[in-house]
Amino acid sequence: MMMKYKPNKIRWSFVIFFIPVALWLFLLIVLPHLELLRISFTSSGTNGFTLTNYKAFFTEPIYWLTFVRTALYSMFVTAIVLVISLPVAFYITKVASIKTQGLLMVLILVPFWVSELIRVYGWMILLRESGVLNQFLVKIGVFKQPIELLYNDITMIMGLVYTSMLFMIVPIIGVLGSMDDALIEAAHDLGAKKIAIWKEIIIPYTMPGIMSGSIIVFMLVLGSYLTPKLMGGKNSLWFTEQIYNQIIIYFNWEQGSAFGFLLLLLSSLIIWIALKVTKQEFRKVIK
Amino acid sequence: MQIALSVKGLTKQFGDFTAVNNLTFDVEDGKFFSILGPSGCGKTTLLRMIAGFYKPTNGTLEIQGRDMLGIEPNKRPVNLVFQHLALFPMMNVFENIAFGLKRRGEKGEAVNKKVNNMLERVGLPESGPKKINQLSGGQKQRVAIARALVLEPTVLLLDEPLGALDAKLREHMKVELKKLQVKVGTTFVYITHDQSEAMVMSDYVAVMNAGQFEQLDTPQNLYSNPASSFVAQFVGNNNKFRVDLKKDESGKFFAATKSGDLYTLSDSFNLQNSDFFDMFVRPEAIIINPSNPKPEFNIINADVKAILFDGGNSRLLVTPEKTEDEIIVALPQNRQFDHIKAKDSIKIGWDPEAAVCFNRMEKRIYDDEI
Repeated sequence: MMMKYKPNKIRWSFVIFFIPVALWLFLLIVLPHLELLRISFTSSGTNGFTLTNYKAFFTEPIYWLTFVRTALYSMFVTAIVLVISLPVAFYITKVASIKTQGLLMVLILVPFWVSELIRVYGWMILLRESGVLNQFLVKIGVFKQPIELLYNDITMIMGLVYTSMLFMIVPIIGVLGSMDDALIEAAHDLGAKKIAIWKEIIIPYTMPGIMSGSIIVFMLVLGSYLTPKLMGGKNSLWFTEQIYNQIIIYFNWEQGSAFGFLLLLLSSLIIWIALKVTKQEFRKVIK
Repeated sequence: MQIALSVKGLTKQFGDFTAVNNLTFDVEDGKFFSILGPSGCGKTTLLRMIAGFYKPTNGTLEIQGRDMLGIEPNKRPVNLVFQHLALFPMMNVFENIAFGLKRRGEKGEAVNKKVNNMLERVGLPESGPKKINQLSGGQKQRVAIARALVLEPTVLLLDEPLGALDAKLREHMKVELKKLQVKVGTTFVYITHDQSEAMVMSDYVAVMNAGQFEQLDTPQNLYSNPASSFVAQFVGNNNKFRVDLKKDESGKFFAATKSGDLYTLSDSFNLQNSDFFDMFVRPEAIIINPSNPKPEFNIINADVKAILFDGGNSRLLVTPEKTEDEIIVALPQNRQFDHIKAKDSIKIGWDPEAAVCFNRMEKRIYDDEI
């Protein structure tokens, strides 16, 4: 008997499971974005299609300066997170004993059981003028009087690094964990020194993990609101705050939507460039 | 003859456990030297000490007369072919082989020439631009060997590199590897648990057990004159008889089995009258239905339990009468014994000269051994 192949047979189980996902994607993500996109091309003053909102972005320096600043700082934070995470991930996967590995992972995960807000408040308690660190430093005589450690760019960057570190470490550990230790030994045996082993073996091997970690961290930092708002000073304006201000304070939905789309465009562009530069495929990175 | 590798009193301890125990040996330049032993005998530890990944607890290690202690793996004139090859997956074949040369600071045309030369030598010309995952098992093997050989090491170390291959390819690679070694003339130190690999390829084989060498000899001598019960069991197939030694009035020794049979022994052994011996007779030393045997031949009646047909390597499984013991007898495929069927009664016999006797070793090599 010949088996008949039926290409058009509907797989009901697939449809049943796919419908909620499709609905979720469409109703909560695609539809609102389409509506925002429409709004961004309207203006309360005039009727019909207008580019006023986008024009405002390019003509007002405060807008596009914040925009550039946010982008640059996000890249900077991503770079710092990467530089710290690589050795940490390497230590956890290759140096620590199996028992310690688990403990270290828990130590990294535990702070993330608490909400971001609480974590940032924790930093504020530590760093503010009447905070723990100031009291300690005054007591041992380093400072004569307390100094405001909060509300500047350095503190803000530190806060952003702290809140996004996990999302870099986990994907890198995923890739490094599957790496055969013999690769490192082989490189050593073939004459490579420590720096060459990192440059030629470990980093190229870990690249998919590094890229997916970088994408996540970059997006998180670029779109973060709480940390820059609470830890950054008056001058450390983040672009998300601009969007918030437009929509919530000025009630200018049209302008806010335009900003939102510009941010989306920016993040997609930077990620695309980064993938091209490092010669990584998006498909491999998101695996 | 120049000595490529010289080891004296080498010892490695991990806590209380002694992995390598006071080893002393020399490897001559240009030889294929194998270290053969069961897993856990310390052979990998020994290899890693030679490569420089482990620091010896005691002893010295010289390569071409140069003391190697305290020298990092990247500075030693030895290279290692890893058990799972450890080819760099993010590089192509050419880059893998060129890796070591580039670390030495060699550049451009010189690197190209050496790599292409090496690829030709291992029979993979034109494979340079291929990705590692496009290669077959045997090709990966050759790339791994090429990657190490291109650096022209004084000693090439190989850590069971054929272990992951399927049986047919392994047979083929054994011969390839031997031919390659003869062609390049580099000293190979090869570790394996497969006695056939060691025998086929090596000039010298060291049989290792519990951190020490039981015997270091040519493959032929290992096979015909094993130095200990362990070597007799580990190298080649052997029938083991648990026997007691008996001395008759004339001072001649006999081996007595549990069932009461007495076997003549060769006079050449320096045997003491004591209990608990292992007597070994090779399957091919046992003759089926011997016609006009020498008077000292040991001849017993046995029942054929099964015919283990395996082409040129066919054997008979027989049980001596009135016992439960099993003896493996080589069954030559020259049609002479085609009449033998299972459950037949046959006579088997062997020359006492072909049997060897050792003090009993209680340690089992394999867990399922009786």
